[in-house]
Amino acid sequence: MTIMHHPSEEMIFDYATGALDEAWALAIATHLSLCPACRAAAREVEAIGGSLLEAAVPTEMADGSYEAVMARLDFVDAMPPAEVRSITEPKPSYVLPEPLRQYAGGDVSEIRWRALGGGAAQCILSPPSSKTVARLLRIPAGRPVPEHSHRGTELTLVLAGAFADSTGHYARGDLQEADADLLHQPRAAEGEDCICLAVTDAPLSFRALLPRLAQRYLRI
Amino acid sequence: MTEDLTEWMRRVAKDRDREAFSNLFAHFAPRLKSYLQRSGSEPLEAEEVVQETMINVWRKAALFDPSKAAVSTWVFTVARNARISHFRKQNRPEPDPTDPAFAPDPTPGPLEAVTREQEAARLRSAVDALPEEQQLVVKLAFFEEKSHAAVAAELKLPLGTVKSRIRLAVQRVRAAIGEPA
Repeated sequence: MTIMHHPSEEMIFDYATGALDEAWALAIATHLSLCPACRAAAREVEAIGGSLLEAAVPTEMADGSYEAVMARLDFVDAMPPAEVRSITEPKPSYVLPEPLRQYAGGDVSEIRWRALGGGAAQCILSPPSSKTVARLLRIPAGRPVPEHSHRGTELTLVLAGAFADSTGHYARGDLQEADADLLHQPRAAEGEDCICLAVTDAPLSFRALLPRLAQRYLRI
Repeated sequence: MTEDLTEWMRRVAKDRDREAFSNLFAHFAPRLKSYLQRSGSEPLEAEEVVQETMINVWRKAALFDPSKAAVSTWVFTVARNARISHFRKQNRPEPDPTDPAFAPDPTPGPLEAVTREQEAARLRSAVDALPEEQQLVVKLAFFEEKSHAAVAAELKLPLGTVKSRIRLAVQRVRAAIGEPA
């Protein structure tokens, strides 16, 4: 698997500083799980953070701070260890890497899809109050995604199958960053349904009237 | 000093050594407090996040990998995550290297593993040597966890200017990391 489409340097930088909102960070982190090259880039940015921390002029801690922390270590030690994963258990092959699998509540077989029409389906992952929406989309092999433009940014990360539009071909691990100017009509590649994570910061605007009406009910 | 940091981390991870942890606390807690106060946090809140961070350093010490990051870089990431959880009440999504779906890093060369702390030292001088205008945007981005767009809005600069300043800063730092010791 060779990843051809990566997040922009700006996205990786904002992920590494901690500036990105959770839904964007989810898309970037999931891409990083599949992409050692972008992980290395993120580590470089984090190293800048490390050097700013190291260079910070120390400010004295309040009285009792140290003692309070030391006292809490006992509680931490009493808790069960954070991660125990048996090395003997067979390694399942997941379609959804972490951290996405955690947000989806399991791998693709666990997902409760809701029909979008035309055979496509979605599952919304983010809380309804959030301004940014993360969703999983499933587009049947060979079928188009309804034509749409964005009022804001859209990140699309492919997890299974592939899609193509006027900007290129996207397969597992590839991430498309689309802004408001891009009017595109992605089409899933033949052979396998395309499953992707899509994050948007504003409602998508569909060109045809019917999908626009449906938008209200489907929260696209 | 940096050899000490790595050794203390190793002792905390392997031996649950509280004396080594005390040394890490003495080194990092006052720096973390300054760092967090630069973001405008009240001293009391900064203290809380520092305490959270140091507890997590203890709890997650086994996840620290000296072949991947300098100690200060790793502590920065722990603090960043503590801050996101404390102030924004959000989770921090991160890759999990133990996940079967995780694409592993290419095997490091024999020399690579021992050089993270040396890299960090070179990197600090590179950050110090950045032109004022680049330092300003980079510091704002880190200290206040501001996105490119938010930095541009704060400084009333075009987004493109902020992008190019940060990009130049990252390139210089990358070049410094790549230089032979």
